[in-house]
Amino acid sequence: MESVYLLIPVSVLLVFGIALAFWWSVRSGQFDDLEGPGFRVLMDDNPPQPSVEKTKTEKAEKV
Amino acid sequence: MSGTQTTYNDKVVRQFAVMTVIWGIVGMLVGVIIAAQLVWPELNFGPWLHFGRLRPLHTNAVIFAFGGCALFATSYWCVQRTSHARLWGGPLIPFTFWGWQLIIVLAAVTLPLGITSGKEYAELEWPIDLLITAVWVSYALVFFGTIAVRKVSHIYVANWFFGAFIIAVALLHIVNSMAMPVTLTKSYSMYSGVQDAMIQWWYGHNAVGFFLTAGFLGMMYYFVPKQAGRPVYSYRLSVVHFWALIFTYMWAGPHHLHYTALPDWTQSVGMLFSLILLAPSWGGMINGIMTLSGAWHKLRDDPVLKFLITSLSFYGMSTFEGPMMSIKTVNALSHYTDWTVGHVHSGALGWVAMVSIGSIYYLLPRLFGKSEMYSTKLVTAHFWIATIGTVLYIASMWIAGVMQGLMWRAVNADGTLAYSFVESVKGSYPFWAIRWLGGVLFLSGMLIMAYNMFKTMAGGKTQDMPVIAPAGHHA
Repeated sequence: MESVYLLIPVSVLLVFGIALAFWWSVRSGQFDDLEGPGFRVLMDDNPPQPSVEKTKTEKAEKV
Repeated sequence: MSGTQTTYNDKVVRQFAVMTVIWGIVGMLVGVIIAAQLVWPELNFGPWLHFGRLRPLHTNAVIFAFGGCALFATSYWCVQRTSHARLWGGPLIPFTFWGWQLIIVLAAVTLPLGITSGKEYAELEWPIDLLITAVWVSYALVFFGTIAVRKVSHIYVANWFFGAFIIAVALLHIVNSMAMPVTLTKSYSMYSGVQDAMIQWWYGHNAVGFFLTAGFLGMMYYFVPKQAGRPVYSYRLSVVHFWALIFTYMWAGPHHLHYTALPDWTQSVGMLFSLILLAPSWGGMINGIMTLSGAWHKLRDDPVLKFLITSLSFYGMSTFEGPMMSIKTVNALSHYTDWTVGHVHSGALGWVAMVSIGSIYYLLPRLFGKSEMYSTKLVTAHFWIATIGTVLYIASMWIAGVMQGLMWRAVNADGTLAYSFVESVKGSYPFWAIRWLGGVLFLSGMLIMAYNMFKTMAGGKTQDMPVIAPAGHHA
């Protein structure tokens, strides 16, 4: 079972890595607000431009 | 920084989004061809178009070309929007696109020529493996570089999933592809025998777990709330979902090697971890679907949302089926039968493809300066055709698989086998024909999508959108 001698250390290292990432994220306040981010993602995008607006800006450019 | 000066880098998103549809058609077409070859063996023309060579081409094309391009497109879009920053990385960004396309073309040439390392889902030979590593490291640099220059302190949950997917795939690819080159087109794996099998399925199942699950969950956590116009049902649960999934995923691989030379305890560990996975998987599925809680009427006339929510239903179904199939007594019946093929496609067509298709439909109008797709009716048609195709595929494979399993294990009173293998092949014919039909339907849906996409692109303006300042954020 030599493969296990590779896979187990890799997994242990990985778990430590994940634990480190988790520790960092808790310490740096990633999870202080577990409601807001869900709402904020809805506001961070340009809305699809309706064709009406496009013609307006085109007119504005002509003027 | 004022919002008018910096723009999002949507060029690369546009490129990957279009190629998602193109490679989807190519990969699914090869799938339809090999499904037809099983029903009509006369269709195996010469060595290059033989089933044995086209099958890895199909899997590589749908997983890494179609699924890969979808992941690149959606992760690049999501990380820019949620970080309020332009994609970081300069020339690395086009390199990820052109490098990935080159890898796909090389795969399409070498696999039919019979150049393969013989490892399932990792067939490509060592020079291509090196190129994959280079592109993947660049992808990681671009993604995490963008996270590093983000304008808000919080990293949205979708980015955690995308990030885990990128890191895990790099690790899996490097460990599994270790090989000694002999010539330019031939190498030998560093591992052999059962060691190789264990490494291979550690890779294989975690590729399912991180490439086909974590990555697409990232997609789900961004595009389901966006399309529904509502925040995810429970943001708290999504964070728990993430950490639970990545802490427990890595050891499920041995369930692919039940009743083989692999030590028994390793098989049992694999089965145990597979069963544990049911909890985070269903947590995520419920979280996604319940996002629509109180707004179910939106499903009635929004086909994009139909795609996304249906994909979650299939995700729930296949993540229930998977742990059940990993139970050794169930596996004794299902292993090596078409049930496995049906299970994979319930995940691949129902979950991965549908969530990608839904997300790409969300992106296309926005990428090409339109307010909606050229035809919403065609999106609805695509949805129903794809769903019927998926159901036909899965149901026929279930029946064929259980039938094969029962026929193979049936013994007469004197202990001899009740059926010869070829009798189970004969019995499978009608179900293979139905499976082929399901594939044809799914492919037709993709062709409709391509038509709709090119009509949407026609005359569209592709100006880059300004980076939006974070709303109500106190840094």
